[in-house]
Amino acid sequence: MAPPQHDPRRPYKRPAISDQQRRRDSALQTQSARRADAQARARSLANSLLSPQPSSPAAADQPPPSPDARGERGHDPTVADVASAAAKLRGPDQRRWFARQIMLPEWMVDAPPHLARDWHVSARPAGKRCMVVSSNGITISRLRNGTILHRFPSALPNGSKKGLSGPASSYSILDCIFHEPDETYYIVDMICWRGYSLYDCTAEFRFFWVNSKLTETSAGDPPSTYHRYRFSVVPMYESTLEGLQAAYSGSTPYVKDGLLFYNKHAHFQAGITPLTLVWKDNTCSQYLIDTDSEGQVPTEQHVVLELQEDGKLVTSDDPPIAFGSLDNEFIQKSNLRPGNLLRFSVRDESVKLVDGKMEIGQLQLAGKLNRSRTFADSHSKVLFQYAARHAPLRIEDLVAAVQSNSMEIESTDVEMQG
Amino acid sequence: YTANMSLDVTQILLSAQSADGSIRKHAEESLKQFQEQNLPGFLLSLSSELANNEKPEESRRLAGLILKNALDAKEQHRKSELFQRWLALDSGVKAQIKALLLQTLSSPVASARSTSSQVIAKIAGIEIPQKQWPELIGSLLSNIHQVQPNVKQATLETLGYLCEEVSPEAVDQDQVNKILTAVVQGMNASEGNSEVRLAATRALYNALGFAQVNFSNDMERDYIMRVVCEATQSPEVKIRQAAFECLVAISSTYYDKLATYMQDIFNITAKAVRGDEESVALQAIEFWSSICDEEIDILDEYSSEFTADSDVPCYYFIKQALPALVPMLLETLLKQEEDQDLDEGAWNLAMAGGTCLGLVARTVGDDVVPLVMPFVEENITKPEWRQREAATYAFGSILEGPSADKLAPLVNVALNFMLSALLKDPNNHVKDTTAWTLGRIFEFLHGSALETAPVITAENCQQILTVLLQSMKDVPNVAEKACGALYFLAQGYVDAGSASPLAPFFQDIIQSLIVTSHREDAGESRLRTAAYETLNEVVRCSTEETAPIVLQLIPVIMMELHQTLEAGKLSTDEREKRSDLQGLLCGCLQVIIQKLGGMESTKFAFLQYADQMMDLFLRVFACRNATVHEEAMLAIGALAYAAGSNFAKYMAQFYQYLEMGLQNFEEYQVCAITVGVVGDLCRALEDKILPYCDGIMTQLLKDLSSNQLHRSVKPPIFSCFGDIALAIGENFEKYLIYAMPMLQSAADLSAHATAADEEMLDYTNQLRNGILEAYSGILQGFKGSPKMQLLMPYAPHILQFLDALHNGKDMDDSVMKTAIGVLGDLADTLGVHAGPLINQSTSSKEFLDECLSSDDPLVKESADWARIAITRAVSG
Repeated sequence: MAPPQHDPRRPYKRPAISDQQRRRDSALQTQSARRADAQARARSLANSLLSPQPSSPAAADQPPPSPDARGERGHDPTVADVASAAAKLRGPDQRRWFARQIMLPEWMVDAPPHLARDWHVSARPAGKRCMVVSSNGITISRLRNGTILHRFPSALPNGSKKGLSGPASSYSILDCIFHEPDETYYIVDMICWRGYSLYDCTAEFRFFWVNSKLTETSAGDPPSTYHRYRFSVVPMYESTLEGLQAAYSGSTPYVKDGLLFYNKHAHFQAGITPLTLVWKDNTCSQYLIDTDSEGQVPTEQHVVLELQEDGKLVTSDDPPIAFGSLDNEFIQKSNLRPGNLLRFSVRDESVKLVDGKMEIGQLQLAGKLNRSRTFADSHSKVLFQYAARHAPLRIEDLVAAVQSNSMEIESTDVEMQG
Repeated sequence: YTANMSLDVTQILLSAQSADGSIRKHAEESLKQFQEQNLPGFLLSLSSELANNEKPEESRRLAGLILKNALDAKEQHRKSELFQRWLALDSGVKAQIKALLLQTLSSPVASARSTSSQVIAKIAGIEIPQKQWPELIGSLLSNIHQVQPNVKQATLETLGYLCEEVSPEAVDQDQVNKILTAVVQGMNASEGNSEVRLAATRALYNALGFAQVNFSNDMERDYIMRVVCEATQSPEVKIRQAAFECLVAISSTYYDKLATYMQDIFNITAKAVRGDEESVALQAIEFWSSICDEEIDILDEYSSEFTADSDVPCYYFIKQALPALVPMLLETLLKQEEDQDLDEGAWNLAMAGGTCLGLVARTVGDDVVPLVMPFVEENITKPEWRQREAATYAFGSILEGPSADKLAPLVNVALNFMLSALLKDPNNHVKDTTAWTLGRIFEFLHGSALETAPVITAENCQQILTVLLQSMKDVPNVAEKACGALYFLAQGYVDAGSASPLAPFFQDIIQSLIVTSHREDAGESRLRTAAYETLNEVVRCSTEETAPIVLQLIPVIMMELHQTLEAGKLSTDEREKRSDLQGLLCGCLQVIIQKLGGMESTKFAFLQYADQMMDLFLRVFACRNATVHEEAMLAIGALAYAAGSNFAKYMAQFYQYLEMGLQNFEEYQVCAITVGVVGDLCRALEDKILPYCDGIMTQLLKDLSSNQLHRSVKPPIFSCFGDIALAIGENFEKYLIYAMPMLQSAADLSAHATAADEEMLDYTNQLRNGILEAYSGILQGFKGSPKMQLLMPYAPHILQFLDALHNGKDMDDSVMKTAIGVLGDLADTLGVHAGPLINQSTSSKEFLDECLSSDDPLVKESADWARIAITRAVSG
């Protein structure tokens, strides 16, 4: 029997890993990635489609063939139901479904409490607000009303025929503003990434996710054959004095249109939400006061309201707020139908503010809107426009709010004795 | 009876070594029969045979060997059977056997002594951890004081083997001290008998693992180190070699205790490298390579994210020794053997020295460059081939480690010279090393990850290609290195897309590689393998533009595979070569399938070949060779994923081979790959896999219950349960009663496993991950079905498992992610039914909070999912 011999031989002029081992490893890796995909799909489909969504204010918007419709609330439909429901969404249904996914900010007429502690701020790019969906090798952007803005290849996951990975049908959905001058999609929020839903994640987490996930792709690169438009992340700041300063007066590669405020702890919520706010003044936006169809600032404030079955004129809020009504005779004479969007001018002297709510004494019909507009104004928008004409919330007011917030933070430890 | 038997035994043992096959066979039969009929008598008579100095050496040696094999086996399952069998033996018989073995250590016949010491060590390996045979070490140590050198030698040898068989924890420190004392005294220069000294030196090699405490004591360590160093100066070459082997072992086991000895060790090793016999010099170089290994590991750990818990500091021995070490290694490079490149098994001073230089460069980085470059510059143009080769090898060796900033200017200067040498140098050895060096340049100084200005540009790339393709026509060893260089050149362009400068030459490259693989001498120097591996890499780098050329490659490769299947009667040797080739061709098809199946533009055209490919793969399976089986299986997994539910039409024919793969315990890689392919099939076929699930599940359950199957396959089998459940949904119902208890018992084991070492912890975590993936898939599979009620009875256990994992605190991030995901799946599928259970578990609170605040986005992602699902479940 041989004595112990300890062979010092080492690999010589050979790659340390064999190609076969490489093939084996890569097969195992791919398999486990696909397993994760399959799992995530089973989870996220259920998640993003079943989360209770506030119903859309636009009456024309019927819910998609939602499995919810069949059973009472709280009785969850099956994965298979949801999967087939999602797959069945085509044409107008699909358009409406996406249209309802958008999160709409309220207009800021008062600074919310704890602005510095609980909020993010960013400079909103001027442009078309849209939802960008990449899946099955194509990227589609849709405007707020659900119509398609662009259909193009992109470097988003499954956004072009090139480099499809994982199940080609897994969606990524981004909330963007398309900025014409540099043909760039500025990402203001992320709703779904590779089939993983971010609906129920806080804004803070979603922004973290946007930043970390986008860098994993080359979607930020300049346009190329398989990447028609560049994507860019809108810088998000803490709503402190410095952050506010940076968003308000810092330079951006895009034309600014006001500031967007996000409550850090808020989940993504389709429809109008007070947990996202938009604010603007003449310094950070060219479009402070609404213009008419000729692009002129009218002497009187205009509002867009929706005509209801009972003749009431309501905002797009949920529940809607009525600012007045039309009588039947007038409706018939003017050939109006429920669901029509109508423009009214408002006399200043007829406006009353009661407990932060606006009441309008007299509405003057100024015209009917064409179909491309799908939504009435929200209450906060009307209020903001009114304030902008009379006593606007100024940047100084926001600064003061931030500063008073910081003092509050220091005194939160006081114990209540009441 | 016994005496009578032992008389027979001698004859049978001699017959069992007879040149005559039929006599041998008959004798082996008799031995087997004897063993089966009367094991104690059998072992006892073998021991008597071994102990009996009257018996012939040959029968004694075989008796010892059979004894040894009756106590130990390589295969883990068999091994524990033999252990149990020995422990169950009558203690009187065992005592007799042990006495006979110890007695044999005094035999005048060297081979009997040596055999006996190995058998004693095997028994010690079984009994000492059981606290049996406590007097063994004492009685061995008393032998040390014997005057007869042969007893002393045999005893030291026994102690050495004993240390190899028994783990250090099983022996008291007191006894360790005595063993070490005896061994080190035996090594001492004052020991006059060189056989004794050699046995002691070899014993120390095995005993080093026992010396933790002694190496922490300065005085004892000094003593051991002095004796080892002295032994490197022995007049006996075997002792010098064994002493250097001890130094190598010490360098890795006690790296942090070496500082005070390094100067002396350098002098000793330098002397050996420059003047001693090759077997000694190689160990001396190995000492430095081993120090490099240690420092590379430590520095790696330094630069990794978590710097805090590196327990061993780096002493920068290599950096300090550099000015003397590098010249010593450069000298060795000039000691090449003629034609060493043609000999697969060659290992000589030049090779060891160059390899060590490469490790030194990885250890110290930039500092090595100025010490090596003068040697390169001086020698690279010399008329003597040895000097040119040594210079090239030195240059190639330092290309990994130093920064690109430091190397790029040198490589820019050298590149043209190398390209011209590859074509024009008259010496094959120089060309071989030149091509290898070019490969290293492409591997380390080329690719999109580098931040410096690229060394390889669109301009010189064409010239490089021309040279490499030309060089692929050179003698096989040079051509093989040229293929290797092309592999790394292509790899550097993997992210370049359509901008890759290789794109215009894509057709030529593929053509040349095919021609190379067809060379008559492609069987030499691994050339054919290299050509296919490079072809694979080129395919991996193909783009939308070059994909049509890859598409044309499919019929070419299929035709070759077809031809291998048409060959008539083959010799064993030819069959083996055919299997190798089939493996390469299946591997190549696998890469092509993955590439084209993932591209929307080629997927359709590529799937036109699916029928033919499948047909060939099925025929390859019929050849029954493990490697080929594995390669074909990998290719089929890729094809199934690309074909999706259309793959269903192949299932009827393919199923038998799938089952065969799942039954392959011996070649566990095949089994593991097949399990993975089942997952691929589940995702491709979804519920169309249902008709095959009975068979697959039966096989997987058998695999799990088998003691023979390599443990590494078990975690993927659990994951595979999840894949199946996700694919067939509530149809998994009938497997629940089999799968769930297995999952439960594996979960209990893995939750409470105390991991002895990192490898075990790693395995435990893989196992947990597999179990959790199974739960996840099963829960999601039943979601929405009324049959989800069937899962309710298992819910408490799943939650207990999660709680136990959380309490155990030794999960890695990937287990954490899967675990918290399972919590979400449980809540999601069972909904309000599980609400109260979930509320009671600690996982749903502390564990969830922990995961929600994790730094790992994947853990957080999973936790977010779980939180939402739980909120729904508990709020009703």
